[in-house]
Amino acid sequence: MENFNYHRPATVSAAAALLKKSKDGTYMSGGHTLLPTMKVGLASPTDIIDLTAIKGFSGITVSASAVVIKAGTTHMEVATSAAVKKAIPALWEMAGKIGGVHVRHRGTIGGSIANSDPAADYPSACVGLGATIITDKRKIPADSFFTGMFETALKPGEIITAVSFPIPKKSSHQKFPNPASRYALTGVFMSQDKAGKVRVAVTGAGPMVFRVTDMEAALGKSFAASALSGISVKSKGLNTDMHATAEYRAHLISVLAKRAVEAAK
Amino acid sequence: MSDTGIGARVLRKEDQRFITGKGRYTDDINLKDQTFAYFVRSPHAHATIKSINTAKAKKMPGVVDIFTSKEVEQDKIGGLICGWMIHSKDGSPMKAGPHPILASGKVRFVGDQVAVVIAETRAQAKAAAEAVAISYGVLPHVIDAADAMKSNAQVHDVAPDNRVYNWSIGDEAATAAAFKSAAHVTKLDLINNRLIPNAMETRAAIGSYDTGSDHYTLYTTSQNPHVARLVISAFHGLAPEHKLRVIAPDVGGGFGSKIFIYGEEVVCVWASKRIGGRPVKWTADRSEAFLSDAHGRDHVTHAELAMDDSGKITALRVNTKASMGAYLSTFSAAVPTYLYATLLSGQYNIPNIYAEVDAVYTNTAPVDAYRGAGRPEATYVVERIVETAARELKMDPAEFRRKNFITSFPHQTPVIFTYDAGDYGASLDKALELSDYKNFASRKALSAKNGKLRGVGFSAYIEACGIAPSAAVGSLGAGVGLWESAEVRVNAVGTVEVLTGSHSHGQGHETTFAQLVSDRLGIDINNVAIVHGDTDKVQMGMGTYGSRSGAVGMTAVSKALDKIEAKAKRVAAAVMEASTDDIEFKNGTFTVKGTDKKMAFGEVALAAYVGHKINSSEIELGLKETSFHDPSNFVFPAGVHICEVEVDADTGLTKIASYTAVDDFGTIINPMIVEGQVQGGVAQGIGQALIEGCTYDKESGQLLTGSFMDYNMPRAANMPHIENFKLGFTFTKCPSNPLGMKGCGEAGAIAAPPAVINAITDAIGVRDIAMPATPLTVWNAMQPMKRAAE
Repeated sequence: MENFNYHRPATVSAAAALLKKSKDGTYMSGGHTLLPTMKVGLASPTDIIDLTAIKGFSGITVSASAVVIKAGTTHMEVATSAAVKKAIPALWEMAGKIGGVHVRHRGTIGGSIANSDPAADYPSACVGLGATIITDKRKIPADSFFTGMFETALKPGEIITAVSFPIPKKSSHQKFPNPASRYALTGVFMSQDKAGKVRVAVTGAGPMVFRVTDMEAALGKSFAASALSGISVKSKGLNTDMHATAEYRAHLISVLAKRAVEAAK
Repeated sequence: MSDTGIGARVLRKEDQRFITGKGRYTDDINLKDQTFAYFVRSPHAHATIKSINTAKAKKMPGVVDIFTSKEVEQDKIGGLICGWMIHSKDGSPMKAGPHPILASGKVRFVGDQVAVVIAETRAQAKAAAEAVAISYGVLPHVIDAADAMKSNAQVHDVAPDNRVYNWSIGDEAATAAAFKSAAHVTKLDLINNRLIPNAMETRAAIGSYDTGSDHYTLYTTSQNPHVARLVISAFHGLAPEHKLRVIAPDVGGGFGSKIFIYGEEVVCVWASKRIGGRPVKWTADRSEAFLSDAHGRDHVTHAELAMDDSGKITALRVNTKASMGAYLSTFSAAVPTYLYATLLSGQYNIPNIYAEVDAVYTNTAPVDAYRGAGRPEATYVVERIVETAARELKMDPAEFRRKNFITSFPHQTPVIFTYDAGDYGASLDKALELSDYKNFASRKALSAKNGKLRGVGFSAYIEACGIAPSAAVGSLGAGVGLWESAEVRVNAVGTVEVLTGSHSHGQGHETTFAQLVSDRLGIDINNVAIVHGDTDKVQMGMGTYGSRSGAVGMTAVSKALDKIEAKAKRVAAAVMEASTDDIEFKNGTFTVKGTDKKMAFGEVALAAYVGHKINSSEIELGLKETSFHDPSNFVFPAGVHICEVEVDADTGLTKIASYTAVDDFGTIINPMIVEGQVQGGVAQGIGQALIEGCTYDKESGQLLTGSFMDYNMPRAANMPHIENFKLGFTFTKCPSNPLGMKGCGEAGAIAAPPAVINAITDAIGVRDIAMPATPLTVWNAMQPMKRAAE
């Protein structure tokens, strides 16, 4: 690992200014991807701007219509929030399944979605619930936030400040973990909103989180596992690695989607 | 039984320091003026080294020096050796290629060490290592054992077809004849998957040369420091034994991977002198451990089992290709031969066995002994094919085994061993009862109701531990004897120090060895200290591996205690003015038969050292005795394990629903520690069966499972729930040592893989499935049946 300058700004604007001033700086909000990458020499930023000391950067507010989680909120805070559990139980459950205990205490929602790891859990919750990503500049719908493998719609220097999840009628998260890393080998986050509209978001199976519109349409008509019979996801374009083939991942999407419908609450 | 004697569940004395972070491991040791080594490793599976340019790296901050094979050759430092000579069946010696401590002319696997950078800090050494410019000429490579003999890649000049040896055991003609007259033959092709040991503590070494006394010290993560000293002095030509001290302090697990002598530790010792006597420290990071620790298993086997029309086994024929990796590691040659094929009789009365083994070079990390070493591979072959045969004959797998069990002892197998004692039927009965086998069908029905496929699998394993006797292993090609030493020093106040050549790296010797002393001398366990792991303290020893410390190491202690007791009786007799024949020793007290005269053990010890009441011309003063114990035979622990799995047909995910282990380890010193060994061993075995597998990319030769992101270590969640993890013991006394002990360290890792795979194949109705049976593998295996059903 190379030497770097470490900053802990107290405001979002100070953070943005520090990044602008740095030669090759980066934000950090938990660091669970960044630090291992630096340790093996794949990243060598000149400056690390740690966002977690920004005042008011973490916390959860639940209203009648939405759960708003500030960007610096750790997975552990979400996984132990009674308010989140009551409003969106699937989101609460999902946070408790990210990584291990140590990861959940350090990792944050903002860091996770800014990283857009193709196998991370939060992107599926954002897309599966139709969340809005709030930055220091604008509001971005989750559907257009994730743009590719480790790529997002964030502009250079832009900082996620919060994520707003609309409270659905029902939701469910089904994760089939990679046996080694425990990232999602394939994960499905499903919700049905109060108007009956269904979202099915898949993580771990493709280059980035994606929706399965055939399933959404069928479940919109009838929210039952039987509605999914006959609908399969094509394996073309899905990931193949030593842990799973594209065919297996496509199959898992169907299995997990059916389980999600049955478990949705 | 006293509360700290043999058979007592004594809490481990060493755990206080381990659990509170006060253990002292090699990396915890820092010597004055020490430097740090970092190894430049090959990025290629197979390549010539065209040139190495260290000029730029040498100018980097903090760099003390950089060495390559050039300096090694200048100083005439010998290469690493394989300590066991195997001869092919045509009589020719095995083809051992050179194994220099820094690659010379050629690299043979990804991770092969090419150069070492010595710097003031580890970070500086690492940074400079990246600046060492090496030009490689990439050569074709071979990864899989099955491909090695027909590959156009040639790993070593000495072995044109990459074959190290073609070895055989048993009577080929008699076995062929038995197959000819067989009523039924079962055939099976099996792969025993390659594993990466991953001890919790990675390897580390500190070499330190004292210019004044021309004396070397090596701190190293070793399971057998004395053998390391012997090899470094005798073969590397670095220092004679009296000028080299090897210390293996607390060692955080080994599983076999720390038996061997590695290039890095030799480099640290040598480099310390090269740089003028400053200590050189190296600690492997986890990535290096994945790349460069000796791996385990990696066999490809075809097996055939012949039976008569009553279901009696008449013959077994086995052909195995065993990967040795790119070099022959310290004991590698013995693993797929004398530690493997000699166990192919299992627990069964098999009149004819013939096995042929081709050991092959591949462009992968060296393969050597790993928890069980050859015996898990043998048990996998025997227990998979026996289970398959039972299914083909439509016989209950338990009863098929029982029908073929060896029932009288001693029993001579057709593959060298004489089993001395055992009661395999008793273990089977107990395992059937503990696992509630008779109600399996109702559990299967219940699982089916929950949408799960339930299966049951057996494994009736045997292993040979405490490898011995020295003369016999010598005749089979071992370069060393396999005995053990012990020295018991009784202090004047009656406390005891036991110096043992065994080495504890997690086994709990500080507790179990002390229990033996407490039991024999009737003294408090806290008045006993176990000293090991330092060649300046313990004169000579053979270390710990192959479950030998109990049967061999503790027997040496026991024999030394015999001498202590005899001597102490003479001292007590002198002090109490009685005849030695009239002295009785019980519960720590010496008494004169028929009188009320008595002396406590501590009083006798003091008398032996003050000498006031002893005629020292008749009795030598002091109380210190030594024993070198060379056993008369191996010991043969055996048992029956039964595994039940539940497979989720939708995802291929396998859960261990229950696991029952019934083992006969002979005398057990500490049941708590033994149960832990069984549970840990079973965890490793379940790991091999379900999730662990080392994968190299065939095309690039790169290690794909180079971190825990991809290499899957067993977790608590992979284990059966503790309530469904049942342990039981049966007992037959081992006749070849006075304590009647066998060995328990490897049993679980040996027994579990076939039990798990037999259960999965039973659950999903396939003949075989590859290990590790990951969800993907199980799901793939089920696809043909699903298609057929559709």
